[in-house]
Amino acid sequence: MTTVTLKVNGQSVTADVDPRTLLVDFLRQNLQLTGTHVGCDTSQCGACTVHVDGRAIKSCTALAVSCNGCEVTTIEGLSAGDGLHPMQEAFREHHALQCGFCTPGMIMAAVDIVNRKGTALDEHTIREQLEGNLCRCTGYHNIVRAVQTGAAAMAETRQAAE
Amino acid sequence: MTDQGIGASVKRKEDLRFITGNGRYVDDINRPGQSYAVFVRSPHAHARIKGIDMSAAKAAPGVLGIFTGDDLARDKVGGLICGWMIHSKDGTPMKAGPHPALAQGKVRYVGDHVAVVIAETLNQARDAAELVSVDYEPLAAVVDLGAAQAAGQPQVHDEAPANTVYQWHLGDKDATDAAFAKAAHVTKIDLVNNRLVPNAMEPRAAIGEYDFGADSFTLYTTSQNPHVARLVLSAFIGIAPENKLRVIAPDVGGGFGSKIFIYAEETVCVWASRKVRRPVKWTADRSEAFLADAHGRDHLTTAELALDADGNALALRAKTKANLGAYLSTFASSVPTYLYAPLLSGQYNIPAIYCEVDGVYTTTTPVDAYRGAGRPEATFVVERLMEVAARETGRDPAEFRRKNFIRAFPHQTPVIMAYDAGDYEACLDKALEMADMKGFAQRKAASAKAGKLRGVGYSAYIEACGIAPSRAVGSLGAGVGLWESAEMRVNPIGTVEVLTGSHSHGQGHETTFAQVVSSKLGIPIDQVTIVHGDTDKVQMGMGTYGSRSGAVGASAIVKAADKVIAKGKRVAAACMEVPEDSVDFAEGSFSARGTNKKMTFGEVALQAYVAHKFDSEEIEPGLKEGSFYDPKNFTFPSGVHVAEIEIDMETGVTRIDRWTAVDDFGILINPMIVEGQVHGGIAQGVGQAMLEGAVYNSDGQLVTGSFMDYCMPRADDVPSFNVAMSSTPCPSNPLGVKGCGEAGAIAAPAALINAITDALGHEDIAMPATPQAVWRAIQKMPRKQAAE
Amino acid sequence: MYAFEYARPSSIAEASALLKANPEAKLLAGGQTLLPAMKLRLASPSDLVDLGGLADMRGIAVKDGALVIGAMTTHAAIAESADVAATVPGFAAVAEGIGDPHVRNRGTIGGSLANNDPSADYPAAVLALGASIVTNTRTLSADDFITGLFSTALEDGEIITAISIPAPQSFIYVKMPNPASRFALVGVAVARAAGGVRVAVTGAGGDGAYRWSEAETALAANFSPAALDGIKADPAMMIADLHAAADYRAHLVGVIARRAVAG
Repeated sequence: MTTVTLKVNGQSVTADVDPRTLLVDFLRQNLQLTGTHVGCDTSQCGACTVHVDGRAIKSCTALAVSCNGCEVTTIEGLSAGDGLHPMQEAFREHHALQCGFCTPGMIMAAVDIVNRKGTALDEHTIREQLEGNLCRCTGYHNIVRAVQTGAAAMAETRQAAE
Repeated sequence: MTDQGIGASVKRKEDLRFITGNGRYVDDINRPGQSYAVFVRSPHAHARIKGIDMSAAKAAPGVLGIFTGDDLARDKVGGLICGWMIHSKDGTPMKAGPHPALAQGKVRYVGDHVAVVIAETLNQARDAAELVSVDYEPLAAVVDLGAAQAAGQPQVHDEAPANTVYQWHLGDKDATDAAFAKAAHVTKIDLVNNRLVPNAMEPRAAIGEYDFGADSFTLYTTSQNPHVARLVLSAFIGIAPENKLRVIAPDVGGGFGSKIFIYAEETVCVWASRKVRRPVKWTADRSEAFLADAHGRDHLTTAELALDADGNALALRAKTKANLGAYLSTFASSVPTYLYAPLLSGQYNIPAIYCEVDGVYTTTTPVDAYRGAGRPEATFVVERLMEVAARETGRDPAEFRRKNFIRAFPHQTPVIMAYDAGDYEACLDKALEMADMKGFAQRKAASAKAGKLRGVGYSAYIEACGIAPSRAVGSLGAGVGLWESAEMRVNPIGTVEVLTGSHSHGQGHETTFAQVVSSKLGIPIDQVTIVHGDTDKVQMGMGTYGSRSGAVGASAIVKAADKVIAKGKRVAAACMEVPEDSVDFAEGSFSARGTNKKMTFGEVALQAYVAHKFDSEEIEPGLKEGSFYDPKNFTFPSGVHVAEIEIDMETGVTRIDRWTAVDDFGILINPMIVEGQVHGGIAQGVGQAMLEGAVYNSDGQLVTGSFMDYCMPRADDVPSFNVAMSSTPCPSNPLGVKGCGEAGAIAAPAALINAITDALGHEDIAMPATPQAVWRAIQKMPRKQAAE
Repeated sequence: MYAFEYARPSSIAEASALLKANPEAKLLAGGQTLLPAMKLRLASPSDLVDLGGLADMRGIAVKDGALVIGAMTTHAAIAESADVAATVPGFAAVAEGIGDPHVRNRGTIGGSLANNDPSADYPAAVLALGASIVTNTRTLSADDFITGLFSTALEDGEIITAISIPAPQSFIYVKMPNPASRFALVGVAVARAAGGVRVAVTGAGGDGAYRWSEAETALAANFSPAALDGIKADPAMMIADLHAAADYRAHLVGVIARRAVAG
């Protein structure tokens, strides 16, 4: 067993884990944060996307122990308050989800795109940057709209905060 | 009426939990004391099991139990079933081999279930599973569908000589042959409908749990139809009687058909929970899903269309070999027969049709319904034939279709179906305009200037959905009725719970069904809760597949609401002291005609439960009504999709430049959700046409066993879709709705292949039209066109 | 995943000692290839030596006109680096084209090169750029470092610490991705530097990434796409799989190389 300490959604957690525990298993099993999903075993579907130290990664392809000392944000911690994050709101507004399974990873990826590429996103950029997230339901059409809208809303939120 | 009723693009009620990570899928559920199951799967496509040595595995840490087919047989657990009887043309019933949940004596595909290992932790179960030593005597694989029936091929099942499950046919052979004999032109094509892996993003999962106190089982499972699962597990497999088996399908992450079926894994988990006296959980890895989820499509077809000199269709003839895989999955037999051949008339007046289908066993993963199920295969046949016939006879493909459209309804086709309504020209006209076909020549010229090929392709599809009425499908061999149930429980303060036998796994029933209730009862949707997916709550139901939930499931809710309103009128009449026949119900209020007396729906509900104001011998207290609704007919959605593509001649890379879809789904309950269904369907159709294809090598190993090799559509593989609607209400159900869930997947493949072949100037390309396939097809282009 | 012992050394020397002491040990860099292989039980190291704690193996600098990239630098950091953009902008594009954004946030250049997947992007890039692979014991030229399919000159206990890339006159990498995995079906890197033109191909060669000397000779004489017209890659040398048979791959090598030269 190896001790791991993480800050997950702002809360510090420490646990002894089998070193082969993946970050996603730690989140789902140890912390019961089941919003992060597992949709494949070859690091391609992105259903497990979370932010580690502010960057999106695939939590199925990281050992929990490797993330020792890191700050992890999951879908459950995306919104600071009781309300929704603008990207969550945009996904609902644009019907960018159907079965909902890929959605948490998709939203975490979308926020990461905005963090990296800014709030004015064209369709081509969004489609290219969603390469690491598979959705079988929506055909991506409404996801693209949602990311565009969510990005713009994030710009407004940031402006308001300044 | 509220503004949240039928026709409103209401935002979905279910979204809040999904966007915040609060969905509850099977793998999110953990039961106290649960153990973990790992299946030992066959590495061979075909082998005899000479022995299984479990000694090392049994001694491994944490192991609670290891079971094989012998253990299931000892407990008299029945095999998995196929619920649709098909008769061959000679009248004999289909020849099916047994389908044990864990293999008995023989394995028949890579991934076939040999044993289950149950342990305290998942890692322990995995470690122990590797220690199970199976002594196989490998046998030759049967992989090639085209050759599987030939003499000398290995037998997959002794019960099915020549690996032939059935030789079925539909239509009038003599009339069809006669029409071909007098045809001015015959178009003949050979088609491959490629095998697909459904790949719902949530892998299948199950938790079986036995309660010794109550002597009853609970199964949490990723199912599109928990009641059908309970029925099969009880009545056929014999796990427990229905009153001792609760099946819960909570949030389910997509199905597309693959979660209709009753598989080995959930059967074994629920059975084994009693053996190991612990809840047993299993969640598929994606790698397992590739091997063990039923695949879709996989047809080889030769099809012909006979035309007269004026270009009128005279007859259609098709001969299809359908790969059913190694065992018959739950509805496998019906997909290439009754869900396929009856759609071969398409949108066209075709006086004679004859179709022959051979259902064939191979040593591959079982094949069953996948989004569209038979209807995409039929549409691909019809729409490729129409396109090629137009090209061969020098006619404009759109106008050639128009010329042959059915215009009068109802229309009886020569292959069972009686189309009840439609306006095919309306869809075509709108699609041609939206696709800017007037500008196509200019765009093609611009592409040519850049050294690229451009093509356009149409697909005018029809589908039959609803899959009903029960009596009709029963006469065709279905083992179950295909009605749907609804129960409406009105609470004393006027809120409503609706229990439905339909199951939502992405379709948004919690919203759309609430909209139907809102329209009927005049109450806002937040006063309506839709309950589904639990056999202890919903008495019985048939589940969701075949685009049936709107037409059948929502119609059942309408019927239940009608009964609630009728009862409410009696209560209101008593309360208002007016004759019952003077009470009207509109916009959420009961009013007495000719008076100013009025009661809201909530007031009447309260009075129904208070029961002070009526004679309980005349009116029973309470307000709860149920309905089992069986529709009059299938519904027949239709539409026209237009794909326009551009091909990079050097690499074969094909880019979809624009996509136009005009669909007729009758009355729309929630246009936003309907459009979303269309988008998703198109993407899956694009996947089939250009990206996806399950490939086995000659040893029966699945070469495309992960997302590394099986190409799923990504965001940058598809364009934005230009989607519009045209509407002819369906006369066969009270809502006027048609199914919309499969349309895109049905329409898209033919549109794309028609576009690619248009660009190439020849027809020689099969799905998936990958860059390599397109590049090879470019090498076969007529020299002149290639140089253009 | 099989069980393993986990160590997170705080120095390269410690990491090297751990590797030497355990013949079945493996280094864990970004883990984007190793962890999936372990999950599928295709790899079973006895020990994982996690380099994540070695901060001095991370980072990008320009030294004496060469770009020096720490082995534990992520693809994303390379793609976003001002130093890379200023010295070898085409190399930022290589990094930006690897995997997907999440993989790029975790995967490292050192890990990728040590794995030397025949369809990975960096091997062609470092070959074309004439880069040096710096390890804890020596410095190797990319030509010497890359020895074949999934194989490198790395010895037991040897750890890549940095990659040094001399600034070229021009460099471009063009890839035709495998539609499913998005690895290179064919990737061609073309660099022009004082020493001449270097062309390297990945995704295609049966023995892994390789220098395409015929193309280099032709381009040295005439640096234009047309210079490659008469040169054909040999199908017999090519990888053949479901996604591209040898003849198609050989054809693509020519097409993609011409596009790389055209810029």
